[in-house]
Amino acid sequence: MRLCENEQQKRRDEGGTGRNRKMRIPRVKEPNRRKSTIFFLFAAVLFLAAVTVAGILLEGRAAETDFTRTNLAPGPGCLFGTDWMGRDMFARTLAGLSLSIRIGILTAAVSAVIALLAGTAAAVLGRKADAVISWCIDLVMGIPHILLVMLISIACGRGFTGVVAGVALSHWCSLARVIRGEVIQLCQAPYILVAEKLGASKLQNVRRHMIPHLLPQFLTGLILLFPHAILHEASVTFLGFGLSSEQPAIGVILSESMQYLTTGRWWLALFPGISLALTVLLFAILGERLRLLLDPASIHE
Amino acid sequence: MILEARDVTFYYPGRRKTPILENFSMTVEDGERVGLKAPSGRGKTTLCRLLAGYEKPRKGEILLDGRLLSGHKGACPVQMVWQHPETVVDPLLRLRDTLAEAGGIDPELTEKLHIEEGWMERFPSELSGGELQRFCLARALIPGTRFLLCDEISAMLDLVTQAQIWNFLLEESEKRNLGLLIVSHNEALMERLCTRIVELPWKKVV
Repeated sequence: MRLCENEQQKRRDEGGTGRNRKMRIPRVKEPNRRKSTIFFLFAAVLFLAAVTVAGILLEGRAAETDFTRTNLAPGPGCLFGTDWMGRDMFARTLAGLSLSIRIGILTAAVSAVIALLAGTAAAVLGRKADAVISWCIDLVMGIPHILLVMLISIACGRGFTGVVAGVALSHWCSLARVIRGEVIQLCQAPYILVAEKLGASKLQNVRRHMIPHLLPQFLTGLILLFPHAILHEASVTFLGFGLSSEQPAIGVILSESMQYLTTGRWWLALFPGISLALTVLLFAILGERLRLLLDPASIHE
Repeated sequence: MILEARDVTFYYPGRRKTPILENFSMTVEDGERVGLKAPSGRGKTTLCRLLAGYEKPRKGEILLDGRLLSGHKGACPVQMVWQHPETVVDPLLRLRDTLAEAGGIDPELTEKLHIEEGWMERFPSELSGGELQRFCLARALIPGTRFLLCDEISAMLDLVTQAQIWNFLLEESEKRNLGLLIVSHNEALMERLCTRIVELPWKKVV
């Protein structure tokens, strides 16, 4: 406070009137958040797409064993080191990430579609349907995700199908809840009722009013599902209930590397782990930024 | 044409014991300007919503020329102008698109209501309450409208604009033989405008 007064005194001494003082405040050029967000979205999507494609291309190399260069520490020749079979960890990590992203996209999409259907059905089909669907949502939400994913995965015979079914069937609830609420609100919205009275048909109302209001919620919900899906895929695989060990999944890499950690081969777990965390984080930020972009008012919540 | 509420009983969900309207009947005829008077919370808006078909009566019926209003297909001849205009336009649509839904607007109306061409490219949040209310009024007056229910439409307007709007409505109702139901707390206004005044029955306060 004192300092502040001194500062003002000093400025007054310099001969500045109130107006001049105001003008002396340096103008910070604020970056346009909207533009930077759009730029970030593009960059993130591009990066994730590049990782996915690179992983698919590197799948062959990831499986290549070379016993002349086993257990190499990270260095210029092999960025992430090699494992006990001489496989290049960089290639394995990329292949694993690529698989994770693909599974993530597939499961998130399936989950989101289930959520859309369940949420809309609960909102539109009357009280009994609502009660049944809401009960299902509570039921699925009440069981810890990882447990449910494991159970469904085992029931579906593990492997790719098991993981996809497990993750897809356990992640739809929160989005379904959001969509249910949104549709209920939209069905009562005065502007939709008025449009109907002015002669708009049900279909026109859905297209003109409902979809534009639902789409942002749905899209952000979909993208925010990715990080969950990827993490749960990796953890279930890590625990041995998911993808089989021949597949270059991050979960497989991490669980195998556990045996070698105590012998000092830290790179086997560190780099794949960090890459997974970064990918998940990237998806999460992507979803959050997209939410702000599509629904600017939500920043006040 | 005649718009009729016959023995209408209405209560909101879960308030069966305290119906807001009980065996209430009234009519509005072509070219008639009926004022509706009642204290706050006595069901004026509810009655408007019932007459415009936004709610179904629990008992009794809303008839248009002796036929059920709820059976009417397409654009409704009974239109309502709401107290809060910002709730009845989609916040995500430009006014042009909202208007396209009602099949456009008569240029004569836009002139009389001082609706500017520039508004059409804007979103509802970029207009003032009074501007939006005039827009809603113009939108409600589609060619097929025979009855207009005005639920406190001028409460947020300045006196000059209020006078403009009521003069406009008076003229319009005479020209098109429009039936008007005017809800207002302004008794002087109702005395001047209305051909008849209806009071909602006193409700027993439980």
